[in-house]
Formats: sequence, C-alpha cells, structure tokens
Amino acid sequence: MEKTWNNKAWFMVLPVLVLVAFSAVIPLMTVVNYSVQDTFGNNAFFWAGTDWFTDTLHSDRFWDALTRNLIFSGIILLIEIPLGIVIALNMPKKGLGVPVCLILMALPLLIPWNVVGTIWQVFGRTDIGLLGYSLTALGVNYNYVNNVFDAWVTLIIMDVWHWTSLVVLLCYAGLVSIPDAYYQAAKIDGASGWSVFRYIQLPKMKRVLLIAFLLRFMDSFMIYTEPFVVTGGGPGNSTTFLSIDLVKMAVGQFDLGPAAALSIIYFLIILLLSWIFYTVMTNSDAET
Amino acid sequence: MARITLEHLRHAYGPNPKSPSDYSLKEVHHEWNDGGAYALLGPSGCGKTTLLNIISGLLQPSEGKILFDGKDVTNLSTQERNIAQVFQFPVIYDTMTVYDNLAFPLRNRRVPENEVDRRVTEILDMIGLADRAKKTARGLTADQKQKISLGRGLVRSDVSAILFDEPLTVIDPHMKWVLRSQLKRLHKQFGFTMVYVTHDQTEALTFADKVVVMYDGEIVQIGTPAELFEKPKHTFVGYFIGSPGMNVLPAKIDGSTVDLGDGSVSLGFAPKIAAGARTELGIRPEFVRLGREGMPVSITKVEDIGRQKIVRASFAGRPLAIVMHEDSDIPADPKITFDPAAINIYANSWRVGAEA
Repeated sequence: MEKTWNNKAWFMVLPVLVLVAFSAVIPLMTVVNYSVQDTFGNNAFFWAGTDWFTDTLHSDRFWDALTRNLIFSGIILLIEIPLGIVIALNMPKKGLGVPVCLILMALPLLIPWNVVGTIWQVFGRTDIGLLGYSLTALGVNYNYVNNVFDAWVTLIIMDVWHWTSLVVLLCYAGLVSIPDAYYQAAKIDGASGWSVFRYIQLPKMKRVLLIAFLLRFMDSFMIYTEPFVVTGGGPGNSTTFLSIDLVKMAVGQFDLGPAAALSIIYFLIILLLSWIFYTVMTNSDAET
Repeated sequence: MARITLEHLRHAYGPNPKSPSDYSLKEVHHEWNDGGAYALLGPSGCGKTTLLNIISGLLQPSEGKILFDGKDVTNLSTQERNIAQVFQFPVIYDTMTVYDNLAFPLRNRRVPENEVDRRVTEILDMIGLADRAKKTARGLTADQKQKISLGRGLVRSDVSAILFDEPLTVIDPHMKWVLRSQLKRLHKQFGFTMVYVTHDQTEALTFADKVVVMYDGEIVQIGTPAELFEKPKHTFVGYFIGSPGMNVLPAKIDGSTVDLGDGSVSLGFAPKIAAGARTELGIRPEFVRLGREGMPVSITKVEDIGRQKIVRASFAGRPLAIVMHEDSDIPADPKITFDPAAINIYANSWRVGAEA
C-alpha cells in the first residue's frame, strides 16, 4: 500500500519548536557562545577555543565545589529517601487524618525557597533565633556562621525539612494505590511486617521512588537559593556549591567565559548522573 | 481440616446497626461439615464475600461466634486460624519467581526446605507452570497469575479450610473448566473443607456438594443441587438457579385448589398459609407441558437453543417460560398443564410444603 506523505504536518509542531527554541535552545547556545570566547568591554570578543574548559577542569576551585555538591546530595538522599518512606508508611490511610497529614506535608513545599532560607537563617541565629538561642542556652556550642560543621548541619536539616515531604507524598501515592487484596493475601500467607514491606510495598513504590530519587538528586545538586541566604557559601568556602561559585564568577567577577564553561560542565554532570541513575534503576527493574 | 460452625453471626459495616437493613450479613446460624465442598452462591452484593472474610478472619463479625471443630476462633487472626484464601483478582509477589511465590506461605511458616520443594513442585505440575518456575512472576498473563494465587492457596497441606472468592473470574472459559475439575479432584483426594464463592450457578452446582444460596444478606437455602432445583425454599432460589429460572405466578389458594386467574390446578395437599400472606405458585419451565388440554396461553416467542426450545408465552397476563424438546410441535391453540409433583407453593416468597 502506498503511504501518503504530507509534510504540512510539520507546521503543527512549529509553535512548540519556537517556544522551546526561545526558552531553552537559544539561551543554551548563548552560553555555548560565551564559553568559547573571551570578552572585554565594548563587546569585543576573542576566540578562546577550549581554554575555559581546560582551565575549569584543572582548577581546584571547581573540584572542591563539585565534591561539596556530591557530598551534600549524597547525605540528602541518604536521609530523605528512607525518612520519606518511613513517614509515608506511617501515614493514616483513611479518615480525617489523611487531609490533615497531606496539608501538613505539603506546607514546606509551598514556601518560596528564599523564604525557607530566611526562616532558617533567623531560626539558627544564636542571638534571636529559636534554635540557635535554645542550643546555646543548653550549653551546646552552635554557630553556623563560623563553624563549618554547624553550617553543614543547618543546611542539611533545612533541606530535609523542606524536601522530605516531596518523597513522602510520592511514596504515599504509591502506597495507597496498592489494592487491599494484597495485604489480605499477605495475611493469609502468614507474611511478616518486613515481608509485606519488602515484597509488596517496596516493589509497588519503586516507580515513584525512582522519580523522587531523581528529583531530589537534581534539585539538591543544583541547590543555590537556600545556602546563599543562610550561609552565603561560608564560613570560608565551606558551603560554596557549584551554583554559588558560578554566580560569584559570572555576576561577581564578570568572568563570562569561565562561567559559561562551568555552566556547561555543570549541566553535563547533572545530565550524566541522572542518566546513570535512571539506567541503573530501570535496568534492575527489567531483569528477569 | 475442620468442621466450621457459624453461631448467630451478623455483620454490619457501619457502627451502631439498628434495623435489620443496617446489616450486610443478616443472622447466619449453620454448621458446615469437615471436608465438605460448599459453594456460596448469590448475586453481587448479597454478603457472600462478607461471610467468607468473616470465616477467614479478615473481618470481625459484629455479632456471633465462629467455631472450628468446636473451638472458638472468633478472636483469632487469620494466621492463627490457619486458613488459605484465594481472591477474585490475582495477587502475586511480582519481584519473586513463580517458585518463590508458591513457597512463600510455607517458608513464612518455617516448613523445612525439602518439604517446601516437594509441595511446590507438586503444585507447579498441577497448575501447569513448571517450565516457568525459575522466572519472575512479573509479565505472566492474568490467568497464569491467578493460577499462582490458586497455587498459593493449595500449597499448604495442613489448612483448616480453603476459601475461594470468585477465583476463576479472570480465567478463560476452557481453563475455568479444567481448573474447577482439578479443584474437585483435590477435594476428593485430600478432603479439604472448601468454601467457594461465586455468582455463577454452573460453577456452584458443579463444584459443590452443598450449595448455599444467599440473597440480600441472608442465607435462603442450603442444599444439594437437586434440592435447589426441585424444591427451592424461596422464590429467589427458584429464579436464580436454572436457566431459564422458575416461573412464579401469583395465585389464590383455597384449600387444595390454586386459582391462577386463567385456570386452576389442584394440589394433592392443602398448604397451611397464614392469613393475608402473598401467595404464589412456582413451576420450573421444564415441568410445564404444552399441549391441547389445560389452561390457555398465548405464545410470544420461541427460542431454539439446540436440543431444546424455550417457549416464551403469556399466561393470565404474566410471562411464562416453557422448556420443550426440540422435536415437539407447538399446537395451534396452545394450552398448558403443570406436572403436579413439580409445583411449589410460596407464601410471602417462602415455600410452604405439604409437610408444613
């Protein structure tokens, strides 16, 4: 049978292409453009080739920030994913408790990120903040402004407070979709609580957990606003993540070339890691 | 194996039931024999599954007691009652292999591994999935999954009873027949007490020794298939069992004479009927004779279903079904007679016999 070809169909996707071009492709290409050139005043551009990329990849500043990012994301995921699962498992399945819990869980997600930063910045202050003041009063030597460990703890607790809800809500959605018959059958089969979790709940949550894991990884790896507001990257450079460093470089020092190169490397790292996680997690799923 | 005694059971899903209509399961008081095969038959929403879940312990009855072999188990959990149950929709543990799925109930009960292997292999052969034993259960078809569910119900040899909640709904008709025969054979071989919930009368009648017919939260009759067919205790049983169902005609009863409007029949006995009761005559289509004598009917439609003809007629303004042999003729001026032995009389929908 002869197939009819009608290339007019391409016009149908044109609006979307234009939209994507303006929102993503063109800005990204601008960054690419900057990353291979050196700029001076008067819009004078000089070809720089891959210099900025080699510079960036050879700078300690980049590797230090990247290491901080990886450690931060690792700790965040290790805490938020298990904690989210535990909370979701213990949330009520019916009755008035459901809307109450859901609203309480959703609240932190509704707060703008810089407000979250401000809340914790104030909360942790040793002179007027509830947390900082109480800890000091209890004799704990806590000061996130000049103690590296305290700064990290504050940022991590803040992120856990802010984002665990997302994991909880996703897991909860996975849990409530399990038909009652599964739990009844497990009872009949004499399954222990652990077996129910391991063989019924966890497999059914797997898909949403993958999404939760990827979202939390990407978001925490790109974290900027909250640490910027709370610690401003300090004390020293101890909480300067790639994003904060990038802004310092681009807006503070106006080094557009190196900043653009860093942006692209940053983007590729996130893309690569997300792809690896996704492939690993879906592959273990497909194995039979 | 156990004898199951249901003592004055009632169940309501809502709190504080007051009127009888608040109860999803109205009073049930029966004893089911050890090793019997029972079918709970009734339309959707009649309380079959409620009763089944009460027996298995997934549901606590609002009132009454359940005894296994005379021992009160009402407050025991499903595990302590040692019940196997198979659900309407397949439940499989899809990260496990088919083999592990079947071994799961045994391993949870710490059955020695060589015994587990023996039982699982036996069940695998029975459900015909031996070649897939080492594959994960994910990706099987719906009926293969249901066979695994069924297998998990059958794998334990020491259960008090095996309960089936419409287990063959998702299985195709031919396989249904095969599995039902296998269940029947297992029952004969091992003498499990089996309770089988279904809304399909063929399934109930072929599987069970005793069929328990439920209607609107009540057990209306427990009997052998023959009893249900010949002497339905309630007009619902007459209507629900048999295809087409029993003809139920409004009747005035005077002594041993039944006035049907367009004719009358006489009974060999005078049923005792309370004053003011609504009286009806029930006759199965198989026992209505169409000929040149008797009461006049008009025929509306004839359905030929192969070896039989179903004649749809109108009698005294009411629809009436008649089952005839394929070769018999329909006379031009049709009249009907009823086989006197097959007539049942109902007062307020319940059967009144000669013995009453």
